[in-house]
Amino acid sequence: MTDLILTPNLENADGFYADLTAAHDGLNKAESDALNARLVLVLANHIGAAKVLSNALKAAKLQDT
Amino acid sequence: MNKIFEIPLYAYQRSPDQDAASSVRHKVIVIGAGPVGLAAAIDLAQQGVQVVVLDDNDKVSFGSRAICFSQRSLEIADRLGAGRKLVEKGVLWDAGKVFFDNRQVYEFHLQPDTGYANPAFINLQQYYVEKMLVERVRELQAEGAPIEIRGQNRVEAIGTHDDHVKLEIETPEGPYNIEADWLIACDGANSPTRRMLGLDFEGRIFEDNFLIADVVMRADFPSERWFWFDPPFNRGQSALLHKQPDNVWRIDLQLGKDIDPEHEKLPENVIPRLKAMLGEDVDFALEWVSIYTFQCRRMERFRHGRVLFAGDSAHQVSPFGARGANSGLQDADNLCWKLKLVMDGDAPDLLLDSYSRERVEAADENIRMSTLSTEFITPKSDMSRLLRDAVLDLSEHYPFARPLVNSGRLSTPCAYSGSSLSSADALNGPEVTRPGSACPDAPLGDEFLLPQLAGKFTLLTIDADAPDSIEEGGVQATRLALSVKDDLTLELKRRYLGDATGAVYLIRPDQHVAARRDTFEENAFRQAIRRATGKE
Repeated sequence: MTDLILTPNLENADGFYADLTAAHDGLNKAESDALNARLVLVLANHIGAAKVLSNALKAAKLQDT
Repeated sequence: MNKIFEIPLYAYQRSPDQDAASSVRHKVIVIGAGPVGLAAAIDLAQQGVQVVVLDDNDKVSFGSRAICFSQRSLEIADRLGAGRKLVEKGVLWDAGKVFFDNRQVYEFHLQPDTGYANPAFINLQQYYVEKMLVERVRELQAEGAPIEIRGQNRVEAIGTHDDHVKLEIETPEGPYNIEADWLIACDGANSPTRRMLGLDFEGRIFEDNFLIADVVMRADFPSERWFWFDPPFNRGQSALLHKQPDNVWRIDLQLGKDIDPEHEKLPENVIPRLKAMLGEDVDFALEWVSIYTFQCRRMERFRHGRVLFAGDSAHQVSPFGARGANSGLQDADNLCWKLKLVMDGDAPDLLLDSYSRERVEAADENIRMSTLSTEFITPKSDMSRLLRDAVLDLSEHYPFARPLVNSGRLSTPCAYSGSSLSSADALNGPEVTRPGSACPDAPLGDEFLLPQLAGKFTLLTIDADAPDSIEEGGVQATRLALSVKDDLTLELKRRYLGDATGAVYLIRPDQHVAARRDTFEENAFRQAIRRATGKE
């Protein structure tokens, strides 16, 4: 399995960031939190590999992976 | 409605022990005539061990209590001569629905299990299980087996000694004393035995209250397990509906923290809740209502000298996953063959320490699994609830999220991974039968594998040679010779060989794998028998 990628990897970085923020337009705090939670779960399932996910959790906590 | 839990099943009778000049010594005394105590007593009596069961009551348990009995429990009950009765009376179910808020998010079917004599689960009230086990005790008595149940015999004091235990017992006709070489305490989560011996019971207490109601109704709900997260009729909480025999339905409603249990238990408060759930026009009668909180905890060790703890007296879990009574039956299954070998001098006393080690491993697994379910059902923080709700919302649309929904992971037998009784795996075989595992059943034509492995050490050979039996230090292992050709469905091959062309298994009397290799090697199997009986 590949390691967690922490170098630039998005096909269209600016485009994705714009889409991510736009997805929250018009949502209140609770709806936005729920959207983020669903997004995390969808992405986690796509990745699948336990090692990558565990390193992603560490990276998100700003710990060394 | 015939309420069997109101009829005395083992009424008090005066025992000659009460008129004896000095305390009578018994081989084994079991405290508690619940499912675990009765199973242990039957197991011992079937092996010819003299056993007395004491219970402070004289009836089966009040209310349905444990209702979900697993395949492994049914296999154990088969060995005890009661399995078929349980399955005939029980409700079979293999499907469930999950609801969130005001809608069904998905439904599931348990994998259609083929190639097992017993179903994955049955629903059956604990009082039926106890009644059927008592009937089995009566059968054994009729055959002359040395087993008796003494109702309304309450143990008041216990004295422990190096080679026996003394009991002071209170009865309707006054006190008497008896002794036993061995004592098995199956006296429940509030175990008086544990308290009298001043032993620990450490763990975590959960504060949520749950209301359980057994209702009798003629309703056309199917035989499915229905689970609600945050339904309109029980906002912010959970609910469960499950069918039992005799048109009795189990309803579990989470009530949350800081409630007044006595107030909530009153019919005028229970009935409106149930109507909101079942519909205003459904006719039902309340059979039993109880409110409980639960703990996840266990004793540090299940063996204390001549006293052995089994079932809820040794460990307690949350109800999610049906891991209480089912694990208790596995305790009895693990204990009794070891006790018999030690009593006969065919194994050293320290074999009984392995009972504690193996069942502590199982208890920890059950506590871990049921705690995960509890945290999903009753989220403890805002973020935990947010993630839980996200899983449920996604589960309505995408299959990937459904395995994350946790309304209870149903009881499976523990594979004793680090057991000192197991030999190193010497077969490139399937994971499900690695040493320590409970043997999965397999079809053999019109019959099944497990009944042929019951109650003794077995040398199971599949397309491999071995002697008809080997004896090592007073312990005999008898060969059961099979071929993959005996099972045209190929489950035997799938579960016991995998890619191997042949295999030899040493199987313990409790149907757990002690050792396996690709061929019979006498020294290896002699050593495996010594290991499995605590001699190495």
